[in-house]
Amino acid sequence: MELFLFYAFSFLAIGSALLVVSLKNIARALFLFFVLLFAMAGLYLFALADFVAITQIMVYVGGVLILMLFAFMLSNKELLHDLQQTSGSLFSLPRWQVIPVVFSFLCILLFGIQEWRATTPSWMATAIQNNTVIKSTDNNIHQLGIKFMTQYVLPFEVISIFLMMALIGASHLSRKDLQK
Amino acid sequence: MITLTHFLVVSACIFCIGLYAVLAKKNAIMILVGIELMINAAILNFVAFGKYDQVNYGGQIFALFAIVLAAAAVAVGLAIVLNVYRHYKTINPDQIRELKD
Repeated sequence: MELFLFYAFSFLAIGSALLVVSLKNIARALFLFFVLLFAMAGLYLFALADFVAITQIMVYVGGVLILMLFAFMLSNKELLHDLQQTSGSLFSLPRWQVIPVVFSFLCILLFGIQEWRATTPSWMATAIQNNTVIKSTDNNIHQLGIKFMTQYVLPFEVISIFLMMALIGASHLSRKDLQK
Repeated sequence: MITLTHFLVVSACIFCIGLYAVLAKKNAIMILVGIELMINAAILNFVAFGKYDQVNYGGQIFALFAIVLAAAAVAVGLAIVLNVYRHYKTINPDQIRELKD
């Protein structure tokens, strides 16, 4: 049952990702991106990362996707016309060059995974030996809060300052120039 | 039983689809979507490996950091896209060659 649900979520993710990159209509592709992000959040649940899954839904679906949709819909008619025009042409020349590159990259990745499968890293072997693998009964959120406030407090502060700088920079970049 | 290999294969597929979007798409918003797909694949790898790390919770914590980085990247990227459109009247990256007009 668990395996079946995992396969369902992964097929949903890969199928909607393929649709996102193949649709011509940008608005429809962005709404399918929504489905993809929910499927990815479901996949994180199978890796026992429930807090990451909730953060994915809140940040991506609530923030990033709404931002993209607003940027798409606030842009004017010429931009939309431009998008429709340039995203057509299903068999333009670059795609013939891109598809072999992407497929060869996928083959390299799959080959690497296949080669790697036999070996287990030493830290993973010790974790399995010491029985410190995350179990489904663990209280993840409690542990994550403790880790954020003790061991990872410096990266946490740095990333929060970075996020604030990026948001201020974005709002500075996108303002209208009044004096020009 | 879901093994680590399942997660790695799914994340490889998502990463390659994102790479395709970055290389082949002709408008900047879809390229941003492709970058987000690649970041999502990386986060899936983080949490899949983080399952074996109960001592430090490194995988899940750095997955959260990567989500924050992606949010910052998309905010700045969309601001740049709107600004570029105002200057060049196009967001096709093939036709944008100089930074200053």
